[in-house]
Amino acid sequence: MLQRADSLGLDTAFTRAEQMAPCPIGANGQCCKVCFMGPCRVVKDGQTGVCGATIETITARNFARAVAAGAAAHSDHGRDMAFTLKAVAEGETQGYKIRDPFKLKKLARDLGISTEGREVGELASEVADVCIAQFGQQRGEVSMAERAPENRKKIWRELDIVPRGIDREVVDVLHRTHMGDDQDPEHILDQALKTSLSDGWGGSMIATDISDILFGTPAPLVSQANLGVLKDDEVNIVVHGHEPTLSEMILAAVSDPEIIAYAQEKGASGVSLAGICCTSNETLMRQGVPSAGNFLHQELAIMTGAVEAMIVDVQCIMQALPNLADKFHTEVITTSPKVKITGATHIQFDEHRALDIAKDIVRRAIDNFPNREETAIPDVVADLVPGFSHEYINYMLGGSFRASFRPLNDAIMSGRIRGVVADVGCNNPRATQDAAHNYLVRELLKNDILVVETGCGALASGKLGVMLGEAALEWAGPGLREVCEATGMPPVLHLGSCVDNTRILTVLTQMVEEGGLGDDISDIPAAGIAPEWMSEKALSIASYCAASGAYVIMGITNPVEGSELVTNILSAGWEQKLGGKIDFVVEPEEMVSQILEHIDKKRAALKLPEYAPKRFGQSGDWRMEDLVDGPLEERQAALYGAVSS
Amino acid sequence: MLVQEADQILQRALQENGPDTEVAFPNTAYYLPLVFGMTGREVQTLGDLVPVIEDAKRLLRPVPADRRWTPYLGETLDSGIATLLAEETIEAVRFIYGLEPQRVPGLELAGGTAFTSPDANGDGQAAGNGHLNGPIDDIQLRSWGIQLVDGRMPGFAAIVGAAKSNEVAVKIVRELQQRNILTFLAGNVNGRSIIHQLQEEGVEMGYDTYIVPFGLDTISAIYALGFAVRSALTFGGMKGGQAREILHYNKERVFAFVLALGEVDDLKYATAAGAINFGFPVVADTRIPQILPTGVTTYEHVISMPFNEIAAEDDLGRAEKLVQKCIEVRGVKVRVTEVPVPVAYGSAFEGERVRRADMRVEFGGKYSRAFEFLRMVDMDEAEDGKVEVIGPGFDEIEDGGAMDVGIVIEVAGREMQQDFEPVLERQVHYFVNAASGLQHIGQRDIAWIRISKAAAEKGFDLEHFGKILHARFHADFGAIVDKVQVKIYTDPAELEKWLETARDAYDFRNQRLADLTDERVDEFYSCTLCQSFAPNHVCVVSPQRLGLCGAYNWLDCKASYRINPTGPNQPIRKGNLIDAEKGYWEGPNEFVYQHSNQAIEEVTMYSIMENPMTACGCFECIAMVIPEGNGIMVVSREDPSMTPAGMTFSTLAGMAGGGLQSPGIMGHGKFYLLSPKFISADGGFKRVVWMSSFLKESMADELQEVAEREGDPDLIDKIADERDATTVEELLPVLEENEHPALTMPPIF
Repeated sequence: MLQRADSLGLDTAFTRAEQMAPCPIGANGQCCKVCFMGPCRVVKDGQTGVCGATIETITARNFARAVAAGAAAHSDHGRDMAFTLKAVAEGETQGYKIRDPFKLKKLARDLGISTEGREVGELASEVADVCIAQFGQQRGEVSMAERAPENRKKIWRELDIVPRGIDREVVDVLHRTHMGDDQDPEHILDQALKTSLSDGWGGSMIATDISDILFGTPAPLVSQANLGVLKDDEVNIVVHGHEPTLSEMILAAVSDPEIIAYAQEKGASGVSLAGICCTSNETLMRQGVPSAGNFLHQELAIMTGAVEAMIVDVQCIMQALPNLADKFHTEVITTSPKVKITGATHIQFDEHRALDIAKDIVRRAIDNFPNREETAIPDVVADLVPGFSHEYINYMLGGSFRASFRPLNDAIMSGRIRGVVADVGCNNPRATQDAAHNYLVRELLKNDILVVETGCGALASGKLGVMLGEAALEWAGPGLREVCEATGMPPVLHLGSCVDNTRILTVLTQMVEEGGLGDDISDIPAAGIAPEWMSEKALSIASYCAASGAYVIMGITNPVEGSELVTNILSAGWEQKLGGKIDFVVEPEEMVSQILEHIDKKRAALKLPEYAPKRFGQSGDWRMEDLVDGPLEERQAALYGAVSS
Repeated sequence: MLVQEADQILQRALQENGPDTEVAFPNTAYYLPLVFGMTGREVQTLGDLVPVIEDAKRLLRPVPADRRWTPYLGETLDSGIATLLAEETIEAVRFIYGLEPQRVPGLELAGGTAFTSPDANGDGQAAGNGHLNGPIDDIQLRSWGIQLVDGRMPGFAAIVGAAKSNEVAVKIVRELQQRNILTFLAGNVNGRSIIHQLQEEGVEMGYDTYIVPFGLDTISAIYALGFAVRSALTFGGMKGGQAREILHYNKERVFAFVLALGEVDDLKYATAAGAINFGFPVVADTRIPQILPTGVTTYEHVISMPFNEIAAEDDLGRAEKLVQKCIEVRGVKVRVTEVPVPVAYGSAFEGERVRRADMRVEFGGKYSRAFEFLRMVDMDEAEDGKVEVIGPGFDEIEDGGAMDVGIVIEVAGREMQQDFEPVLERQVHYFVNAASGLQHIGQRDIAWIRISKAAAEKGFDLEHFGKILHARFHADFGAIVDKVQVKIYTDPAELEKWLETARDAYDFRNQRLADLTDERVDEFYSCTLCQSFAPNHVCVVSPQRLGLCGAYNWLDCKASYRINPTGPNQPIRKGNLIDAEKGYWEGPNEFVYQHSNQAIEEVTMYSIMENPMTACGCFECIAMVIPEGNGIMVVSREDPSMTPAGMTFSTLAGMAGGGLQSPGIMGHGKFYLLSPKFISADGGFKRVVWMSSFLKESMADELQEVAEREGDPDLIDKIADERDATTVEELLPVLEENEHPALTMPPIF
């Protein structure tokens, strides 16, 4: 596709990244522009800003502000979901309903709401109210932090970093990093932690829970990923961004027979929906809507010439899209009240008329089909099995009656699974797209590490073909392969979009509760990596994971490179206080060795057996391959084996 | 697939018999136990089975695709439960058509579920001829309870299929028997079942030999899981529908496994998936896909050991290794005592009978005398391990003949006490019986021992009695016994002399027992053995009230405490007396409160009406108040008939067990009936207005003594039983006609 871009003379993020070198001062967090005495570029030893701010304060402030922005984005997504739930409960919306009343009840109980004898609608309304109140809450603790393991909560309370309210912590960061406030780097970073927790154990968690309640808790299904999912003969509509609210309605609309008939009138054989980025993850996880790819595919999809409409909601939408779309027939349609892009068509979405709006948009795309010119859809597509909510993982490991994390804990304890790594985060055009994700996944699987993924990292693995049960036979080490064969799960589990990193927190918490892997998340042989991160949300995620006790490695660049002290606080400093930390590592090889070292260290601390893959690999179907439908005697011999003595 | 079949079978049965046709397994209070446990549905009619099949359909999941599969473990486990629900449904329908228990001509069971009349399995002879056992009844489950609890019976093996050869089949069950593991048999391979194999080899099957043949098809393996469910309901105090708890209970506490012999077909896989839900692993002697990661089961889920690839000298060696692997995979704790005798040895042989035709020689019984006598001697008087036969052996006796024998066991030990003599002596019965080919009945000077021809041919001789006793006393009572020597007398003069001594000792002990009253001791003993099964239950055992299972009296507990000072039998200081009549002391109250997880605050020793003692589930009898009769009824475990309370023993047991305190109903040991302290606070034995005939007959002499003690020599005849009354309406005229004293006693309430 990039060659096609070259031949058509088109800019993409890839070429722009080449042309636009990152500002070396900003990249290292050394640029302070919180007031207009500056901006100050603090690059020399001992140098300070006009106000006297040190490099330590400046990098910490920049980091904290990025976390706050990321947390704000995620949490605001959660807020929108809560308002949608409220509207659905009040019967004001069109086309939505409560798909998972069990999860609604569970959430209600967690929020301290009585569920006995209550109608789903009434309960949903109260749950929505309580969730909405979490954002504006000023004192106390956000409710969902209660879900964390006891020891973790103790640490948070001792450090006073349990969020009081979701919005309050974001505002607090913005305030204290304003000119002339908090000027102690560690103190600033403590607030960054608190803010990140208001995302991970607050806004994001609300987003995940309510999305499941409204659109169904994911369970595995078979789908496809990569640009090859676009159809030559059908109207292609691509949804891009992060929220499931509109895309679910678009999906409903494209399955409408009336709409399909309309498309056929216009010469298409049907209407095909595909996703990009995390909107794709949302629809892929729940409905199996194929994915056209991750973040860096947004421009490439348009360049196929086969996309009638790209419908975007929030986050990670490049401003380059409308300009690029101008070169083709594609119409870029913005829908969020928060997102308008010059040059794009804006059709504001409103839950109250959701299905009507969705149908209008789809019709518009169909109307655009006759304008399609030459197309170039690359013939690349891979099957994948997404849909691993923590609820399903529980079920997967024991069925309706014996559901638990016991088999997973057992597998880690026995050494069949060496540890668990979350490979998450974005794409970044400063590195070859997906290369780091793919390299890491292959190496980790080889080392019997179960990989869980969300966001654009997940879509990278989907495209690679490792999110399949079969992949375990080919890629996984002997122990992990045994577990995959026993359960039928892929060695790389797709847990959802980037707000669904909260599912990882839940999984880790349940692993702690199941027992045998220590008393806190920080005891579990696990780590997280975001090798190709680029957004502020990634820093918020990394921070709340570290605050929750996880070891996090970030690739690409160190945004606090300018200060050794701050780099150290995030790493050794946080490890000491929290058991979790963030290291910035550029080389994937080094990430692998650090992860393995960390995991083996945690295994040793739990007194688990040393990782020894040779002990495993005796399970599975392979022994059945000798069995053929031969004559009875041969079959008998094959069944009972060869006589040994 | 099977669910569909079950559906069709059910639909046909519904059409032919109507939805109100009763369905039930014999002698169980738990309806169809698996259905009841997993879904809470109390199936009583064909119509009740319809929702069960709906449950099964809902749980059924599609077969995983060959490629691009989605995860299947959870789905497989659910389908396994669906299969079990279907299997139990099919069996229930088969009962209606008389197809269960399955017929096998020529088969005689050594003890089995009673299907026709309550007396049929009274002595284990008459029951189960010509048919397989079908489901195990509640009575047997409870009587095995204590053994399952105390580890004598470490678990059960469900064998499905047929072994490679008859020889291997026999070896496998013998290996299991030696370890006292209950063996359930079901299924076939191409029509041939291990049941056929054992039958052909003359292996005795039935409750008494721990080998229970369920049926010739895989479906009948459901009875093993029904048994497992009922263990949780009976001893774990769980309720129907608590599926997760029941399954966990089995994973944690019931050491069972499935041994699949021969080719594994789809139905066997599906049934195995059901068993794995219980935490029961599956071991196959053929090549099947292994599931080694753990979690749903404690150790590996599925192990494949292709029989011919097992490294051993020969097939028998391979069978032995196969069984060892099963035990290892389930983590079954087996205590094996090496007993140097030329025959197989293990509790599973305890119930084995030696019929007259198979007998080499007998001691005691109608034609000769036999006694056994254990006494304490000083340390220097005994030489450990010495076994002497004084007098001739049985070489001269013709086949099937009888001779006199006296077995005198002399033990010495620093911790030994005279009070323990009878406790140890009673063990002779179990120790001798556990040898294959030996039968022991009775005790003291009414002992009756038979040696089978097979055992004699293998070289079993008189001295081996001594070897057995020496080995077992050391193994089981090593803490109080340091030296054991055994003298076996056949010489008439010596025998006569020792019999005299023994009888003096028996008299002395009887007197001592009669003198041993609750008032004369400072300590009672607890028994919390069953807490592994019934976590809130505590037995308080006093000299005049033995444990409800009948297995532990006060002296047993005292000895047990010596053997294991931190074990389940702890002394309870009586402490301050609160109420002598009802039997309240501070000590027992406090102990029970602490050890029942604070569930029980107070307990009376002598009342059924006020804070009666709780029960686990292994009780021999249940007493229950019959308000209309102003008295109580006592129903024994052996009695499957209806009682005036409107419930059978099995149903009552659900109310009396599980560590719950329910005034008016109480489980107890049968010898408690004879105690002057038997519900003495409520009026004593005279309150008994109804009693199972089994008790009246099996304890006739003892009960007569009680009647005389109570000043009413005809009392026993005045008490109704199931032959004259199974309802309150029938009971009252009988009592009036008999002028039962309870009618004129003060109101029981």
